[in-house]
Amino acid sequence: MTLALRLVDLAKTFPVGKRLFGKPKGKVRAVHPVTLDVERGETLGIVGESGCGKSTLARMLVGLLEPTQGHVEIEGAALDTADPALFGKRIQYVFQDPISSLNPRKTIRQIMEAPLRRLHGMKATERQARIREIFDSVNLREEFLDRYPHEFSGGQAQRIGIARALAAQASILVLDEPVSALDVSVQAQVLNLLADLKGEYGLTYLFISHDLAVVEAVCDRIAVLYFGAVVELGRAEDVFRAPLHPYTRLLAESAPVVGRPLTAPEAKETELPDPLNPPSGCAFRTRCPRATERCAAEVPTLETAKSNHQKAACFHPLSD
Amino acid sequence: MRRFLALLARNRLALLGLVVMGLVVLLALVTPWLPLKPPNVTNTSDKFLPPFSEGALLGTDHLGRDLLSRLLWGTRLSLAVGFAAAAIAATLGAAIGVVAGYYGGRVDNVVMRGVDMLMAFPYILLALAIVAALGPGLFNALIAVAAVNIPFFARNIRGVTVGIAHKEFVDAARLSGLSDARIIVSEVLPNVVPVIVIAMSTTVGWMILETAGLSFLGLGSQPPQADLGSMLGEARSAHITQPHTSVVPGVMILIIVMAINLLGDGVRDALDPRLRSGALSRPMAATQVARDHVPPEPRAEGVLTLTDLETQFHVGKRTFRAVNGVSLHVAPGECLGLIGESGSGKSVTALSVMGLVASPPGVITGGSAQYKGQELIGARYGKLRQLRGDRVSYIFQDPLATLHPLYKVGDQLIEAIRVHHPVGRRAARERALGLLRDVRIPNPESRIDAYPHEMSGGMRQRVGIAMALANDPDVIIADEPTTALDVTVQAQILSVLSDLRRERGLAIVFITHDFGVVAQLCDRAAVMYAGRIVEQGTTEQILNHPRHPYTALLMKCVPELGAGRRRLEAIPGLPPAVDRLPEGCAFADRCPKVQPDCRAGEIVLRQVGDHAARCLHPVERAREEAAQ
Repeated sequence: MTLALRLVDLAKTFPVGKRLFGKPKGKVRAVHPVTLDVERGETLGIVGESGCGKSTLARMLVGLLEPTQGHVEIEGAALDTADPALFGKRIQYVFQDPISSLNPRKTIRQIMEAPLRRLHGMKATERQARIREIFDSVNLREEFLDRYPHEFSGGQAQRIGIARALAAQASILVLDEPVSALDVSVQAQVLNLLADLKGEYGLTYLFISHDLAVVEAVCDRIAVLYFGAVVELGRAEDVFRAPLHPYTRLLAESAPVVGRPLTAPEAKETELPDPLNPPSGCAFRTRCPRATERCAAEVPTLETAKSNHQKAACFHPLSD
Repeated sequence: MRRFLALLARNRLALLGLVVMGLVVLLALVTPWLPLKPPNVTNTSDKFLPPFSEGALLGTDHLGRDLLSRLLWGTRLSLAVGFAAAAIAATLGAAIGVVAGYYGGRVDNVVMRGVDMLMAFPYILLALAIVAALGPGLFNALIAVAAVNIPFFARNIRGVTVGIAHKEFVDAARLSGLSDARIIVSEVLPNVVPVIVIAMSTTVGWMILETAGLSFLGLGSQPPQADLGSMLGEARSAHITQPHTSVVPGVMILIIVMAINLLGDGVRDALDPRLRSGALSRPMAATQVARDHVPPEPRAEGVLTLTDLETQFHVGKRTFRAVNGVSLHVAPGECLGLIGESGSGKSVTALSVMGLVASPPGVITGGSAQYKGQELIGARYGKLRQLRGDRVSYIFQDPLATLHPLYKVGDQLIEAIRVHHPVGRRAARERALGLLRDVRIPNPESRIDAYPHEMSGGMRQRVGIAMALANDPDVIIADEPTTALDVTVQAQILSVLSDLRRERGLAIVFITHDFGVVAQLCDRAAVMYAGRIVEQGTTEQILNHPRHPYTALLMKCVPELGAGRRRLEAIPGLPPAVDRLPEGCAFADRCPKVQPDCRAGEIVLRQVGDHAARCLHPVERAREEAAQ
């Protein structure tokens, strides 16, 4: 297996309370150094709750955000984020809100032509043929091309967003909550389409979502993000069934499942830590029933706890 | 464009402004070809002729020049200068604003502080200073007026651009390989143009006035050339004895500026999407009721009972049947789940109960809703208001949108209590603290004085629940209260609601699209599709043995945790638009079991096995029946 994508110590820190001159008042570490490998043809799921840094991570991957530290390698070569015409050909992004990712004042044809013209310098006839081919594979009718975005439903607009990403002919797609704005019946259509396209074009997916069940259904491996750091990484079928990290277990137990009685898996008063004033050591320790003094003193790494195919950043993993 | 003109024409005053302005512009355009006397030829023997004199329709000025001719030539000049100044100010201002807004950060800071400095001077002083530096003359006055107005455009456009530059389609364009310059021109600018047009249409009149002001002071057009301001200026000395010399240009200025302002307001209203959607027309205090038949008697017992409720939206000639004969009931201590996709009518059903659907365009056209035997549909506003939030309260999806951002959460809770109960502030505050404790907010003593933005989403939703509980209601209608929350927070909120229901005997109507939530919280469930209930029964019956194909398929669409990696079932197609509902079953076009009779006529909600479904060919309980 060859590597499609490699993240090396990728991290992002945002200044808080900027001033015109001098240093900002504080810093928030949105993403702690993350190192991850994604194999070609794989779907890697990234799950986490709001504010855990999933979107920041995704935007760094596609060059929309400059990392504070570390770099991204695509098929062995470092990603140069300076020229959009270069990185757009290698990695593409599908947005969460399908309607707002389409310019309301452009027709679908204009939107579809932009990547073909700017990234690949195609001629008009070539573009025409390519758009027809792509629209065919995402099950959209060609007559849609001369309409404006507001005329489409969420599911159709998301297909257009996927079609645009395909037009760039990148081999890696970052899917940032691609179905969470859609109704459940449409959500399944889009997920199945993504699975078909992956086979057809040999794509590699980074699938970002807060919906554990969706991630489990479509991914090969899953990385669980908490407070800007990967706390657990493992095969999709294992991560939620047999979690190592207490946070992963909390997530899995919180998801409403038919046939499981309603219980609050953690104390009702618990609150998330304050990003401006993070706890020392493990960020989860204030919510963790297994926390000890060591958790406050040291920061666990993803190599701290390991079983066969699973890794977790925890001193007291659940396998003990 | 046609739609824009139609909207503009609906505003009578704007239409008047358009007609008057059209006439003035037309006159100014054809002036060179009109049989007028030369405007600058003096004839002192005929000075100060009154209006309607022979050979001088509007009279003459102090040098005997024909006022009509001077007026038309002057209007031509004033309009040209005003429009040119507006165009220059708009172009430069918009360019500055777009660049500052798009790049943000330091560029924005430096540029906008410069603009602020320009704005810090009183504008007439600044204009005078510019003219003083450049020397008097119409062209210099034009530059001065344009320069003075640049900050207005720059600030306006910058604000809009900041919003657009962070939209996802700009990121998408960047990923499509567009450079910054191209993004500004092809992505940002088209979305800013309406704002530029609005800003221009409301400021042209102002700029004509400013140019006239400078000319009046002798700094604009130089004699003998006439513009409206210089005409006024020259007439000033004869103001008392020969009033017509100042009245003539004065009236013209009045006409022009009034016409432009009326037109500008109309253009703004027609272009502004918020105003277009009718945001300015205030909705009525309670939904309009227009029932053409006698409301039916309730067929079920409950603290809240809806019978054949119908709510429609009347937009233009189209009628959207959002709620189409819904009957529901909920008993004390019971939780009813209302399941449906977006557009299925579940939220409108909930809002109709207390007359909270915005009217216009919403109208309740039939059915009844009874709270403990009291009819709510068509009840007096006073009675509805007394019940709202006291006996029947709501929890909405987005607590950030329902809490007032400028008041402390405690004050909002106290207000909710005191509206319905004559208690003192101190007692109400005690009660508010108790409520915050009830919804398990840590540290209620300090949180009571927090503003909504200082709390996390989960904490805000707890405040929303506390607000709904403030007056110990009998019924809570919760519209997707946990959809916007994270799973761990959702689990906490659901268990808080579940506890409260048990402790207080609350009846809850819980609207959601999540079967897992229904399974965990609700006793009974109803599934809605295209404005109707298609299946109703106990949670166990619906989840384990769905009879309507829609319910069965919808459940298969939802991935469930622990089921492993697989291909999901999908329902092909989209729900029908509720203004063009098909004959018969609304789900027929997407249904794998569809038969010709499904499209033939009205299908009723009937008993199928142990519960009710609106289907002629329900899903069989194959496994169980085979086993028996």
